[in-house]
Amino acid sequence: MLRLEGVQIRSGDFTLRADWQVETGARVAVIGPSGAGKTTLLEAIAGFRDLAAGRIFWDGRDISRDAPGARPIAMLFQDGNLFPHLSVAQNAGLGLCPDLRLTPAQWGQVRQALARVGLEGLEMRRPAELSGGQQSRAALARVLLQGKPLLLLDEPFAALGPALKLEMLDLVAELAEESGATLMMISHDPADARRIADQAVLVADGEAVTPQPVSALLDTPPPALRAYLGEG
Amino acid sequence: MARRAQPLSAAPGIIATVCVAVLILGALAAVFWRAETGSGLGPADWQAVRFTVVQAGLSAGVSVLLALPVARALARRRFPGRAALIALMGAPFILPVIVAVLGLLAVFGRSGWISLGLGLVGLPPLRIYGLHGVVLAHVFFNLPLATRLILQGWQEIPAERFRLAAQLGAGPAAIWRLLEWPMLRRTAPGALAVIFAICLTSFAVALTLGGGPRATTVELAIYQAFRFDFDLTRAALLSVLQIALTGAAAALALRAAMGEGFGVGLDRAIRRWDAQGWTLKLRDWLAIGLAALFLLLPLAAIAAEGAAGLFALPASVWWAALNSLLIAAGSTAILLLIALPMAVAVALMRHPGWVEGAGLLGMAVSPLVIGTGAFIVIYPLADPAALALPVTALVNALMALPFGLRILVPRARAVIGDFGRLALSLNMGRRAFVRLVLWPRMRPQIGFAAGLAAALSMGDLGVIALFADQEVATLPLQIYRLMGAYRMEAAAGAALLLLALSVLVFWLFDRGGRRHAEA
Repeated sequence: MLRLEGVQIRSGDFTLRADWQVETGARVAVIGPSGAGKTTLLEAIAGFRDLAAGRIFWDGRDISRDAPGARPIAMLFQDGNLFPHLSVAQNAGLGLCPDLRLTPAQWGQVRQALARVGLEGLEMRRPAELSGGQQSRAALARVLLQGKPLLLLDEPFAALGPALKLEMLDLVAELAEESGATLMMISHDPADARRIADQAVLVADGEAVTPQPVSALLDTPPPALRAYLGEG
Repeated sequence: MARRAQPLSAAPGIIATVCVAVLILGALAAVFWRAETGSGLGPADWQAVRFTVVQAGLSAGVSVLLALPVARALARRRFPGRAALIALMGAPFILPVIVAVLGLLAVFGRSGWISLGLGLVGLPPLRIYGLHGVVLAHVFFNLPLATRLILQGWQEIPAERFRLAAQLGAGPAAIWRLLEWPMLRRTAPGALAVIFAICLTSFAVALTLGGGPRATTVELAIYQAFRFDFDLTRAALLSVLQIALTGAAAALALRAAMGEGFGVGLDRAIRRWDAQGWTLKLRDWLAIGLAALFLLLPLAAIAAEGAAGLFALPASVWWAALNSLLIAAGSTAILLLIALPMAVAVALMRHPGWVEGAGLLGMAVSPLVIGTGAFIVIYPLADPAALALPVTALVNALMALPFGLRILVPRARAVIGDFGRLALSLNMGRRAFVRLVLWPRMRPQIGFAAGLAAALSMGDLGVIALFADQEVATLPLQIYRLMGAYRMEAAAGAALLLLALSVLVFWLFDRGGRRHAEA
């Protein structure tokens, strides 16, 4: 269970507050206008921003002062999720061992993970030799190998076409289902949120509001969300 | 207090910065301390100051003035070999001064090619020694630099403006008024200031082509105070003067902030619709042709005159070459040990100004001033001649540091900005980050910086002249000694060897950095 207790994140004059919790295994969409602080919220949870106040707990343990890599969190960023000079297998292998000194058994695991996301036979390719969708799959294979219980997505598939994006989101949902991981994903598209999330957090006006069921939030949007989504 | 998580530590870079600052400021402090006991400067010393400023001003003015038509021609003409010519204009940066001087002597000297031609029609030979010789050599080195800097200004005029001007039917005169003159008013003062600052610290050129009371730079006067009078106090006083001169010029050059001159993208030719008249075409081709000739002739002369001497080089030349290679290797290693951590620190820190400032100290002080300071510190403790090679390597590294940082910092920023968070989220340790990310991503820049440092060190004729005794020499110093003994054929052969070695070490490092590197 992820719990944000009286959290305040400050960036210049801007402050974002959050005080709520998410059950293990939940799939949470983070929705809100541009610049409202969605990325800021995820970065704070992942440990890339310090909290001005409050604490973050995972399963009752305070993780607010842990280094990003020591948190039970895997994160996919908007871009730069792969090292361009490393092969697909090496990129994925970083999820098992970040200094890439892997045992033969671990390389076997890497191959399995790549096969699971549909990249069999492409292990030795560099990211530049893959399509956009395949690059996303390689990053997901690494997430799989990281085996972290909380997965944060900061719109990693934004550059993909609509069909490919849905395919990736479905794959993410499947993988989260299999591993029982909790999922938080920033979404600009209400349809995406409805498709794979069960809850949604609205980030607007300096606050990340307590998660609600996606349909409830989107069917009767509060004013800030209505302005963002547009009437009709 | 905001603590940002970082994939690397700034500490090694901060330690390196402190070392650099202590070395340079320590040398300056030694100079100031020693200068205090001095009795003042004589008229010859003030004459040196006057000559230094005059020759630097003339060199900068002539370089920029001549660069204008060349840059303009390169900006509006497209021809095969244009990229190669622009690349050649970057070459003087790694060309050893003494090699260029020998090449210029072979072309413009008393018994050079032009004098021979003049003799055929009954005219007296050229005289290259003195003010005009010094300016000639400085223009040879800085005309290409000025051309590149100004060409960069031309390239930064957006192509759309030229399209708009063409659509309005603007002729060359209107384009000059609308687009080119405003651009030059921005770029030319910067080019002038940079070249003025470079020429102020001229030592090797003044040593070989100047000399005598009427053509002595401050830098050369420091050397003479050492070698001829062994008057450390006067050397220190002159150093204080030089510090004031170069410090002011460096501040001026930095204020006229500008592009880096060996930047990328200069080989892109913008499509132009103006300047189609045949007189303009003729003028442009003349400018390009003369500039190419001016740059290539001395190099050709070195190749032609050196080839004969290359196979009869005295053993001393080979030993000197070995010393030079050792110094270049040491200097490159020191540069990377300092510059890489500093670049990382600049990329990591929120307020890296003082680290960058320390990196620029090398531009504000001249090699001979640091050498003087080092000599003052070392002399009571040890035999300076015994330390000639390591001190030279160290000073060369400090002098290459500003260039090294210019190459490394932007890339370090990009690598840490692009991949820092990902590495952190993967819990990658610092060693692993260096091995798996920083090194492979920065290898081309590291290779380029190392190549420049090695080539600069190979060709350096400065501190070594202060410290060396008759037993030890670098290749440039050995060439100078051969020239002094009028063994011009051996000197030319050694110069060709030096040129080949400088280009080779640059190429090896640069190439090594690029091999198998991913874009």
